[in-house]
Amino acid sequence: MAVVSRGPRRVVGGVARYAALALATVLFLIPFYLLVRNAFMTTAEIVSPEWNWAPARWSLTNLQELFADPAVPMARSVLNSVIVSVLQTAGVLVVSAMAGYGLARIPFRWSRLVFGFVTATLLIPASVTFVPSFVLVSTLGWVSSLQGLIVPGLFQALATFLFRQFYLNFPKEIEEAAFLDGLGYWGTFWRVVVPNSLGFGAAIGTITFIGAWNAFLWPLVIAQDSSAWTVQIALSTFLTAQTINLPELFAAALVAILPMLLMFLFLQRWIVEGVERTGIAGD
Amino acid sequence: MSRAAAAGQLTSAARPPLGRRLRGRGDATLWFWVFVGPFFLGLLIFIYVPILWSIYLSFFEARNTVSPAPDQFVGLGNYRDMLGDPAFVDSLRTFAVFAAFIVPVTFALSLATAVLVARTAVAQAFFRSVFFLPTACSYVVAALIWKMSIFSGVPSGAANSVLALFGAETIPWLSVTNPPWYWLVIISARLWLQVGFYMILFIAGLQRINPTLYEAAAIDGAVGWAAFRSITLPLLRPTSVAVLLLLLINAFQAFDEFFNILSTFAGYPPYARPPLVYLFYTALGQGQDFGHGGAGAVILTGVIALVALAFGRLFRTAD
Repeated sequence: MAVVSRGPRRVVGGVARYAALALATVLFLIPFYLLVRNAFMTTAEIVSPEWNWAPARWSLTNLQELFADPAVPMARSVLNSVIVSVLQTAGVLVVSAMAGYGLARIPFRWSRLVFGFVTATLLIPASVTFVPSFVLVSTLGWVSSLQGLIVPGLFQALATFLFRQFYLNFPKEIEEAAFLDGLGYWGTFWRVVVPNSLGFGAAIGTITFIGAWNAFLWPLVIAQDSSAWTVQIALSTFLTAQTINLPELFAAALVAILPMLLMFLFLQRWIVEGVERTGIAGD
Repeated sequence: MSRAAAAGQLTSAARPPLGRRLRGRGDATLWFWVFVGPFFLGLLIFIYVPILWSIYLSFFEARNTVSPAPDQFVGLGNYRDMLGDPAFVDSLRTFAVFAAFIVPVTFALSLATAVLVARTAVAQAFFRSVFFLPTACSYVVAALIWKMSIFSGVPSGAANSVLALFGAETIPWLSVTNPPWYWLVIISARLWLQVGFYMILFIAGLQRINPTLYEAAAIDGAVGWAAFRSITLPLLRPTSVAVLLLLLINAFQAFDEFFNILSTFAGYPPYARPPLVYLFYTALGQGQDFGHGGAGAVILTGVIALVALAFGRLFRTAD
């Protein structure tokens, strides 16, 4: 009896679930569709009161005009974003992996105190400190410079905290074998421990890279001169200009998200792991 | 002098040269600092020094200077100014309104998508990727799409085109200075950006629930909504508490979408300024007022710390 009545209910439930998922999928993809559509349209097509589903002609004209536009230093901004994101990611990985390993594995009398200094900064939301950080960076004379964009972001308490957790659970036998082979802390770390934590490093690295590429507030504060603009700042300046060239604006937005979309296509596994690790650290 | 030289000899005799101390793992203290030192030094210079310096500056009249003269000491004057500034109080109100919408709605939608996706056998990876994909977008790009395409106030905007299908009037979404339209634009943009992120956290939480519990509950007749209420929700509690706290802290730090959606070439409008937008214009707007900016940073850090602590106590005592 129960089986008979549950059969159709289950079918109806399944259909409703897929209908809900399909609707949500359409809603989630619409913004991407609009971005691509507008990036290849002419101004007349974008502002036409008659809705156009696709550009009349797919061409790279908008992209070419964007990079040729003297009013927007697009190529320079892309280059700056690449440099900042790559160096910041590499720096965070090296600095935090080493610190996390030291805190987890090297005995030191005041280790807990040092770790306390690290966790205390976890309680302070990073963006609230942009005024103090600006005071320091301007004193160093780093305003509108790439080091001003990169260096203050290299010391991430959360990344160090996560690396420490990871190394606390790292199998000790592997290190013991390396020590017996005559390797010190340095050799053990770089030749044995690091090669065995590449997956974790990839998870932290992808999340750091995405954060650096998409960062807005800190670059807005520091990159006052257009020579230090990142892609996000160029876009934002473009977006709040008095006259807006819509096709170029959307072409620029496409350029800004293309590297991220490629990462999501090819590295999604690590990004998901990174989200799980960083998000639940609050537990 | 001879004594100093002798002392020097003594210490160098007691401590072998650096090269030998670094050999093997004998000198753990030195190795600790080789590994932790770069990070710790950076943390001191780029986090602790600026914060302490700003606290110092917050007691001074410090416009366009980071080293005010002693006679510019104003005590708690900057703090009094900030707390008495209607614009500051207004920014806290803006945060409260924003959080009242974005926190529960994001929570409900990300939990709903997580449950839907987790129960789907066919094309599960596809649906998960679709909802997660907006996380790749920056707030600037989302603001651009929302402002210039979806909620563009002209008839060619996507939302207005949909409204036209139903014969409705064109709505000038962002040109209306009263709520609710600009709230709709801002909240929907953030929803799209972050639902996928929290969905991932909920899926991870769901996967930690033992499936035999559902089988046992099904034998007792608890399926569907009943199973969700009696098993899923209670066992998801740690994830739920973490997600709520993250949502609240992130709402407090909202800046990017407000700045990019609402400001024009004429500047940022006088309404809908969340705390960080207010702080940005106070500290780095016309003239660099580091005294008031420092006081503002201290007050806002205090507010968020209090909110987080109160939240933690509320949920931990309930456990």
